[in-house]
Amino acid sequence: MFNSLSDRLTSTFKNLRTRGRLSEADIDATVREIRRALLDADVAVPVVREFTAAVRERALSSEVSGALNPAQQVVKIVNEELVDILGGATRPLTLAKTPPTVIMLAGLQGAGKTTLAGKLAHALKGQGHTPLLVAADLQRPNAVTQLSVVAERAGVPVFAPHPGNTSEADDPAADAPLIGDPVGVARDGVAYAKERQHDVVIVDTAGRLGIDQVLMQQAADIRAAVNPDEVLFVIDAMIGQDAVNTAKAFADGVDFTGVVLSKLDGDARGGAALSVAKVTGRPIMFASTGEKLTDFEVFHPDRMASRILDM
Amino acid sequence: LSRDSLTEDDWDEIEEELLLADVGAGPTTELLDALRTRVRVLGVREPAAVRDLLRAELVALLQPELDRTLHTDPRTAEDGTHLPAVTLVVGVNGTGKTTTVGKLARVLVADGRSVVLGAADTFRAAAADQLTTWGNRVGVPTVRSDREGADPASVAFEAVARGRDEKTDVVLVDTAGRLQNKAGLMDELGKIVRVASKVAAPSEVLLVLDATTGQNGLSQARVFAEVAGVTGIVLTKLDGTAKGGIVVQVQRELGVPVKLIGLGEGPDDLAPFDVEEFVDGILG
Ligand SMILES: Nc1nc2c(ncn2[C@@H]2O[C@H](COP(=O)(O)OP(=O)(O)OP(=O)(O)O)[C@@H](O)[C@H]2O)c(=O)[nH]1
Ligand SMILES: Nc1nc2c(ncn2[C@@H]2O[C@H](COP(=O)(O)OP(=O)(O)OP(=O)(O)O)[C@@H](O)[C@H]2O)c(=O)[nH]1
Ligand SMILES: [K+]
Ligand SMILES: [Mg+2]
Ligand SMILES: [Mg+2]
Repeated sequence: MFNSLSDRLTSTFKNLRTRGRLSEADIDATVREIRRALLDADVAVPVVREFTAAVRERALSSEVSGALNPAQQVVKIVNEELVDILGGATRPLTLAKTPPTVIMLAGLQGAGKTTLAGKLAHALKGQGHTPLLVAADLQRPNAVTQLSVVAERAGVPVFAPHPGNTSEADDPAADAPLIGDPVGVARDGVAYAKERQHDVVIVDTAGRLGIDQVLMQQAADIRAAVNPDEVLFVIDAMIGQDAVNTAKAFADGVDFTGVVLSKLDGDARGGAALSVAKVTGRPIMFASTGEKLTDFEVFHPDRMASRILDM
Repeated sequence: LSRDSLTEDDWDEIEEELLLADVGAGPTTELLDALRTRVRVLGVREPAAVRDLLRAELVALLQPELDRTLHTDPRTAEDGTHLPAVTLVVGVNGTGKTTTVGKLARVLVADGRSVVLGAADTFRAAAADQLTTWGNRVGVPTVRSDREGADPASVAFEAVARGRDEKTDVVLVDTAGRLQNKAGLMDELGKIVRVASKVAAPSEVLLVLDATTGQNGLSQARVFAEVAGVTGIVLTKLDGTAKGGIVVQVQRELGVPVKLIGLGEGPDDLAPFDVEEFVDGILG
């Protein structure tokens, strides 16, 4: 059993005694190994297809056939292509020229948005900012409570005029499809921040499916109401082939400006990073790496490339 | 020389369908190899007939004969003590455990059973509040700790003990999300199972897998099965575009059946797992 792609490629090239040009069959065998590695890492099928085509083309060039160690050369090419798609250098948060900077979070259910809200607030506070968290998820049971606890832990205030979905709420519509007015809460949150001179506003929103047109429209309405400087799409590193559908739906729905890859402290290979970056062209900006407030870092494309390739 | 009439493009299309459903590269290759052999041996030619064969292969892999009922009948110990049926709900972060507990409570109550919830997620912000909201909606009590960060095993113990003392039919214990590569958190889960078992051993340990999960789902299932003795899988978020094909591998390797599926965020969005419907979703 060859575990890493490097090992497998080296074995593919093992019987290659003569130096010089690689045969097309050699290259095809190599590309098959790369394809397999990417699929095992959950890179989306259409992205794998495009990617392997590009690698194949480069592998057929003299760059490889002339190399001392063709296997290593191919790995290097694969790595370079990956880093290229994942984004060479990471972009910092865009801050508004006239505060407050508004950051909106969006993503599937359970992706890690609310947790990220706390992490962002904590990090920004550490940099001397005065963030305000806005509780615009009125849908998930006790999401407002959760954000309030997170805010307290981060030592930042929370704007939460509506209790959201709780059993205490005497909202007769608690079981109704949509609870309260999250668009209004988001809008009021930004106004409140201006009044109180908070220089950053982080808007937590409910999780939603890409195909849920009603909730996607709601997210678009929140976006329109707060005119954010950043819309961060939070996506779970464990996601499989659905990453493409979901990323496209959120790109269309809320036109996100950056991506946060969450739960990278797990052992998923995280091929979704490649899928999302390739399909949407939006940069992956941060990695969420745990449940604690401080488990949050700038995204490293090179590390991610090695992780996807299992090297 | 016997040949099938499917073109390589047809085969690629089938392969892609399986891959896009998260069945995984390994199982997809095996399935296709087996299918090619059968197609040759049986001399099948029409693409539609080939698809029927594929469908049958997939259905067989998912073992429709497995027992998928939920074991929720209380027992009586030899000394006459009432022992509630304990269901423990486990899984990685954010898959839908708490929601599933709420939905299950709803189903059980509708079935005329008495239920107690145990909030053994003492870690995540407002996790116990979230579970309590579900409990209140359904009209069942929630045993929880007032203290954040309390020992989750103690909460599980108390919930099961309350079920015993009050002669409750079922105790549903919600646990914190934990990634399977975190040894400390997995040890904690092992302890929850052991301590709850001092009152009554769980009759169900349900692993909640998110249908959007890719190949990591297999690793989740392996480790949770080892640590907590998983008896069934709940596949959530099937109302989205994800197909949940990872459970094909999970079931094949672990023999643990998918018992329930989650189809939304509402209290009634829980359904029994139906092999044929699931396969149609993958080949949809
Ligand atoms: N291990 C790990 N867990 C995380 C990370 N980010 C979030 N979580 C956990 O994932 C679960 C879901 O996180 P939330 O922040 O509630 O996710 P959400 O996107 O707000 O969920 P909804 O509001 O229900 O859509 C919680 O158990 C978090 O503690 C991470 O980077 N690593
Ligand atoms: N669309 C959809 N959403 C679901 C389903 N099940 C749960 N959710 C949502 O997924 C998010 C996470 O659900 P939870 O029940 O909090 O998940 P959990 O596993 O308890 O999360 P942690 O305790 O933080 O690990 C919430 O927003 C739920 O409403 C489902 O079947 N379909
Ligand atoms: K689906
Ligand atoms: Mg949230
Ligand atoms: Mg939970």
